[in-house]
Amino acid sequence: MLSRTAENLFWIARYIERAETTARLLEVGARIALMPSAGHGYRSEWESLLLASGTSEGFATKYGDPVQRNIESYLFFDRDNPSSVISCIHAARENARIVRTAITAQVWDALNTTYQEIKLLERKPRSELELTDLTDWVMRQTAMVRGAIEATLLRNEGYHFLNIGFALERADNTARLLDVKYYVLLPAVDMIGSALDNYQWQVLLRALSVHRAFHWAYGGEITAAKIAHFLTLNRQCPRALITSLEAAMVHLDALAREYNASGPAQRRARALVGDIAETRVEDIFDEGLHEFLNRYIREVGALSVLVHDAYLSGEAR
Amino acid sequence: MTDYFNEMFESGQTRPPYAQLEDWTRAMPAELRQMKQAEAEALFRRIGITFAVYGEGGDPDRLIPFDMFPRVFAQSEWRRLERGIKQRARALNAFLLDVYGRGEIIRAGRIPARLVYQNEAYEQAVVGFAPPRGIYSHIVGIDLVRTGPDQFYVLEDNCRTPSGVSYMLENREIMMRMFPQLFRENRIEPVDGYAGLLRRTLASVAPVKCERDPTIVILTPGHFNSAYYEHSFLADLMGVELVEGADLFVEGGFVWMRTTRGPKKVDVIYRRLDDAFLDPLCFRPDSMLGVAGLMDVYRSGGVTIASAPGAGVADDKAIYTFVPEMIRFYLGEEPILENVPTWQCAKGDELKYVLEHLPELVVKEVHGSGGYGMLVGPKATREQIEAFRHKIIADPDNYIAQPTLALSTTPTFVEEGVAPRHVDLRPFCLVGERIELVPGGLTRVALTEGSLVVNSSQGGGVKDTWVLAE
Repeated sequence: MLSRTAENLFWIARYIERAETTARLLEVGARIALMPSAGHGYRSEWESLLLASGTSEGFATKYGDPVQRNIESYLFFDRDNPSSVISCIHAARENARIVRTAITAQVWDALNTTYQEIKLLERKPRSELELTDLTDWVMRQTAMVRGAIEATLLRNEGYHFLNIGFALERADNTARLLDVKYYVLLPAVDMIGSALDNYQWQVLLRALSVHRAFHWAYGGEITAAKIAHFLTLNRQCPRALITSLEAAMVHLDALAREYNASGPAQRRARALVGDIAETRVEDIFDEGLHEFLNRYIREVGALSVLVHDAYLSGEAR
Repeated sequence: MTDYFNEMFESGQTRPPYAQLEDWTRAMPAELRQMKQAEAEALFRRIGITFAVYGEGGDPDRLIPFDMFPRVFAQSEWRRLERGIKQRARALNAFLLDVYGRGEIIRAGRIPARLVYQNEAYEQAVVGFAPPRGIYSHIVGIDLVRTGPDQFYVLEDNCRTPSGVSYMLENREIMMRMFPQLFRENRIEPVDGYAGLLRRTLASVAPVKCERDPTIVILTPGHFNSAYYEHSFLADLMGVELVEGADLFVEGGFVWMRTTRGPKKVDVIYRRLDDAFLDPLCFRPDSMLGVAGLMDVYRSGGVTIASAPGAGVADDKAIYTFVPEMIRFYLGEEPILENVPTWQCAKGDELKYVLEHLPELVVKEVHGSGGYGMLVGPKATREQIEAFRHKIIADPDNYIAQPTLALSTTPTFVEEGVAPRHVDLRPFCLVGERIELVPGGLTRVALTEGSLVVNSSQGGGVKDTWVLAE
């Protein structure tokens, strides 16, 4: 397979996953904004959401103060924002168009339809669009893309590159979403364990579409430790850090078998999985949740670079 | 008022190839037609066949309009066309091999040396090099128009990288999907063997240094190119990689592509890139699209480039006039297909005639394409004609003129129902170990009433083209 083709596939997956995360972030923000604040008016965590998605600088330059309506536009429809839903969907579709021949008609169809639909949404007056409808739409479309990939694609190298893209992006994004909670909590440490704090955790679970799953898995009171465990260390959770890292490792190993050669990317992935499998939730809080998450965001970035060097640059022999 | 040949109706009678279609249109209510038309458009959009027009801006995902009314040839009509097209493709290749070799046709005084050797498309870099099997142009697109039951004219030859074959194939797919009944009632020759033939053709011209099953790739300028869909479509059908210049590199006298398993040797490159961009070391140094050192590998027999660099000299509009002469000179045959009479503005007396008859002529730029920079005399205003007159006088060498041909019409779906519209035809001839032609081609249709310009960049559409089995 051409290195460039592998790269395009890798990025289709990353952009789709990223579009979904951006939509989930928006949902978190919108739900938090519905809650009354401790003093008067409503809470606003938009600033922290922008920080978590790495877009706060771009937003400030373009709009100034974080006003919900502007943030919605910026995160969903703004083509100047490379992480906006529309930018991600456009980039995924462009990457797919380039490697049209490496994907099935169904996968192309799902990606192309998604882009055609968001172009129609883009033209509608914003006042006619409910945020929840938009985020629901994103979940539905990205599920369709995943479904088409799972159901129709050959289990060959291309499939593995797509899945490595999904896994690395998801590991990165889960860490970032969880980190939002860190920012949210930061100004009011005394609220830990309060009803408000629990509500925020629930919002986060809900945004990750795992709130029911959480209750099945743990039961009882929501606590910070349970949630952190669920989203980082619990293999049952489809978005957990460990689940994503293991997926990346599995597909990297599959590539190694197919190519009859294993390299630094495989070694790094195995080391990461080994490391997180040994971690206990107490260790995370000892290290500090924020520090732990950021360490993993950096590790995932380093692993991406290794994947690039080994397969996507066409340099390695 | 010119009398145009209507391919379906002749003096009140339906011509035999169209017999079944008459009932078909009669039985189709307007609502069904609109529904089918919408369905066709949705299919094209979903498949992703769109067409971006250079320099026009606007929607990069614009569709070329598809007309559902097929254009039909009887087997006997097609046989004659096929013989004529293959004859022409043979002669054009013989000409190319000759002018980069001994230049016999020029020594014999049949073609002026200046037209060949000073032609912009004449490639000094390949003089004296004979490509595998002596073939320069492996895919020849010949644009034809019809003016009567047996009257066909060649409008131009395309020896470099003719595009449009994906439309020929997809138009057929969509018609079969939408109207399977039609294909049961009419015995229509299939066109889907094209990709297999193309692959075999390219494999048959593997370079001398290739000792195994040749690795074939398609070289594209990239996904911003207006024909990108076609490039990826063909790569997929043939099961070969679609590469960009940056995916290839030269080392140790061979061309390699970058893959996830490391470098892989490439033997045959079907390039959809102009000569000028192929190799920055040999042609345009600012080209980001090509491969540095490619031409050295080519000339040492390490890789085949199809069509060969330099093939463009055969399809130049100034050379076009001499194709019948080539057929006689190289093949010793009389041309089966006629040329359109052409006046060269470069010649004083012919220029004089052109300037005196502008309102009735079509004037084209010698190197132009896509229907740009041309004057259609009978359709132009007085001001447009005068403006064009100045352009011709300023640079006569740059123009040729032809009579306005009475292009045939075929029935076409329009707002009010069915109406005749002008069409042309581009079949695709493959030249390798054998010369092959699938029974069909791309029919382009001028959708505007009375218009003779069929180019998709100028509002033309496309149709499925049928050749009926005997």
